[in-house]
Amino acid sequence: METVNIIISGVGGQGIILLSNVLANLALENNLDVKKSEVHGMAQRGGSVVSFVRIGEKIFSPLIPVGKGDILVSMELMESLRWIEYVKNGGTALINDYRLPPPGVAMGIEKYPEGIEEKFGEKDVKVFVKRVTNEAVKLGNPRVTNIILLGMLSRFLTFEVSSYYNAIRKSVKPQFLELNLKAFERGRELIEL
Amino acid sequence: MAAKGKEVLSGNQAIARGAYETGCQFAAAYPGTPSTEILETIAEKYGDSIYAEWSINEKVALESAAGASYAGARSLVAMKHVGLNVAADPLMTLPYTGIVGGLVIVTADDPHMHSSQNEQDNRHYAKFAKIPMLEPSDSQEAKEFTRLAFFLSEKYDTPVLIRTTTRISHGFSVVTLEDPVSPVRELRARKENAEKWTMLPSNARKRHPVVEKRLRELRELAENIEINRIEWGSEEIGFITGGVSYMYAKEAFPDASFLKLGMSYPLPERMIKEFASRVKKLYVVEELDPFWEDEIKKMGIEVTGKEIFPRCGELDPDIVYRAVRYGDVPECGTLELKRSPDLPVRPPILCPGCPHRSMFYQLNRKKYFVTGDIGCYTLGYYKPLSAMHTTLDMGASLGHGHGMFKVLPEGERKKVVSVIGDSTFMHSGMTHLLNMAYNKTKGTIIILDNRTTAMTGQQVNPATGVTLMGEQTFEIDFKSLAESFGVKHIIETNAWDMESVSRALDEAENYDGLSVIIHKGPCALLPEYRKNYQKQPMVVDPEKCSGCKICLNVNCPSLSWVEEEGYWVDKKGNKHRRKGYVVIDQLNCTGCEVCAQSCPFDAIIFPERSE
Ligand SMILES: Cc1ncc(C[n+]2csc(CCOP(=O)(O)OP(=O)(O)O)c2C)c(N)n1
Repeated sequence: METVNIIISGVGGQGIILLSNVLANLALENNLDVKKSEVHGMAQRGGSVVSFVRIGEKIFSPLIPVGKGDILVSMELMESLRWIEYVKNGGTALINDYRLPPPGVAMGIEKYPEGIEEKFGEKDVKVFVKRVTNEAVKLGNPRVTNIILLGMLSRFLTFEVSSYYNAIRKSVKPQFLELNLKAFERGRELIEL
Repeated sequence: MAAKGKEVLSGNQAIARGAYETGCQFAAAYPGTPSTEILETIAEKYGDSIYAEWSINEKVALESAAGASYAGARSLVAMKHVGLNVAADPLMTLPYTGIVGGLVIVTADDPHMHSSQNEQDNRHYAKFAKIPMLEPSDSQEAKEFTRLAFFLSEKYDTPVLIRTTTRISHGFSVVTLEDPVSPVRELRARKENAEKWTMLPSNARKRHPVVEKRLRELRELAENIEINRIEWGSEEIGFITGGVSYMYAKEAFPDASFLKLGMSYPLPERMIKEFASRVKKLYVVEELDPFWEDEIKKMGIEVTGKEIFPRCGELDPDIVYRAVRYGDVPECGTLELKRSPDLPVRPPILCPGCPHRSMFYQLNRKKYFVTGDIGCYTLGYYKPLSAMHTTLDMGASLGHGHGMFKVLPEGERKKVVSVIGDSTFMHSGMTHLLNMAYNKTKGTIIILDNRTTAMTGQQVNPATGVTLMGEQTFEIDFKSLAESFGVKHIIETNAWDMESVSRALDEAENYDGLSVIIHKGPCALLPEYRKNYQKQPMVVDPEKCSGCKICLNVNCPSLSWVEEEGYWVDKKGNKHRRKGYVVIDQLNCTGCEVCAQSCPFDAIIFPERSE
């Protein structure tokens, strides 16, 4: 299998680490090598965060080279743009249409960026902007936004659905399993290919 | 040894696993990114066989681990890079005394300063202390090297350093698990070792030659140890590298030849010479300082290093590739450079409900100069709170304060305060407080008592009342502690009552002596906050909001500005124009009311309950 490079972006506290954990377990379920890299600590207090996940036969670097990202998954709208240079031309971007205003915007000093779809369009990146947090709230908990995005992502990867189920089972507490599986299925429905 | 399957582990989790598999019995650390999860994993997963604790600071952790090791137990200490500065005193003499049970010291460096105040390169400590250092390149190696480090420690009678960097500590990769072995050393107090362990000058003079002889033996070991290895590829280009840099170079030039150093210090001179003689062009790829480069140049070998690779920040495959191919060298190897530059920045920010907020809001409003310290509260530096003016190292806030209090004229002095977190205070502020009280300083210090070590992920500390192993213990009372140090003027605040904070600051300013303000309120991420303090989200009354933006100065991520011309109504019922209004995020507001107390128009309210 060719290496897939996945970039997950968002804001500290949004559940990015859980999502990258599920992807790591997904690789293991499929007997593949995996590396993921993210930063904990200060950055998690509401700052921008990113996780790089690389799945393939043999992975060296934990960081994805610029322009080599196959798929970008963004938990927040404008944070997707921060990593646009890392997405390859012709890649895919799955973006949560959810705005967390950064301090400058919250203070009314800066403007929240617009035209995000167009910017990805210029790079020939297929963009899917969906109101994922809304869907999560409908399912009963905004915290499953990440797993809905995983469901969307699964439509662009070649792994069996059952291996996602196993990976989710390994990564979430048993009492939240059912909700997370529902969220995963909801994500799959959100993408029509 | 039976394989027990595979797991995806972080470097930190893998080090914990390695300690467990080697029969480690004692582990101590003070939290610090990126090292924290080592002890967390040990306590959570291997607490049945390993005693684990959050020590008060790194020096305490290392000296305690040395004691456990003298008694025969395999022991591990972990810390972030700057933690080793705090533990440097015992580190420099332990190689003289030697150990009994294997003693492994993990230093987690942080190139790019993701969560640190500097990016010092701790490989120098191995050379400085004349002890071996191992440096893994992924999680599998992190586990294997930990096991090897215990073995080398016992074989060579020395503490052994393991150095990771953020990408290794927090990078996840596949690890093969093995069964644990049982520890072998007898646990007892060895009186017969008194001469070896009592570093009076007369004894220490005998031990220094032992350290030098051991170092010669370690150089020999480096030539043969399997973690230093040559991978032959094309002989056009050869790389000497290790740690995560090895992975970047391998990604960038998969067909080149590599000398991978698993042991960062001491270096295998013969192996390096042999490698250098066979490749046409030789590079050293290492983050931060030219540590290996300098050593290799001293061997008389021609090598390219920091002329083309940056000394600051992290490397990555692009930087390595471009430097080698085009000599294209950024001053700093940083991820930041390649992010979209024209986006609004998103620095970290105090959480909704954070008890620190009210203090920094008042410090800013009252225009204090604040000597600061390290923790979540360092975020009080950022606009609009803008209420921190120094941050050097843990504990320095009180030292800075003391020095200033002693030299500043009275008027100026009264507008200076020192702010320190509870965990930081216990780490290295207590000695300062005693020093200040004893030396009769006049000034104000503020202890931010949020009952936890929040910055690194809410680790327990003596203010919490439980140990890392989950045992109930006492909760320290800062008031009686300060009293016993001779402090006469102590004021406690309620973090969610801005008036109490304002009063405390005024009172302290007017007191002619040393004042200690204890700013009390649990961290908003603690279960205790959720149980006893959290309320429903607040809302802005759209009629009453004047659009004055005063509440935005509390710097809460739940509040944001909506630009939209309109009208508001004052308390007398008069209508006025406004440029916009503030809204509150209903998903993350915790109802702490700090913003409401800042609002001059009482526009921030709890929504009426619809029953
Ligand atoms: C010598 C050293 N050890 C560890 C750290 C990492 N660190 C910085 S501040 C801090 C503790 C913060 O806790 P506290 O003082 O209670 O403040 P809070 O984050 O709770 O506001 C830690 C562990 C460091 N910077 N330096």
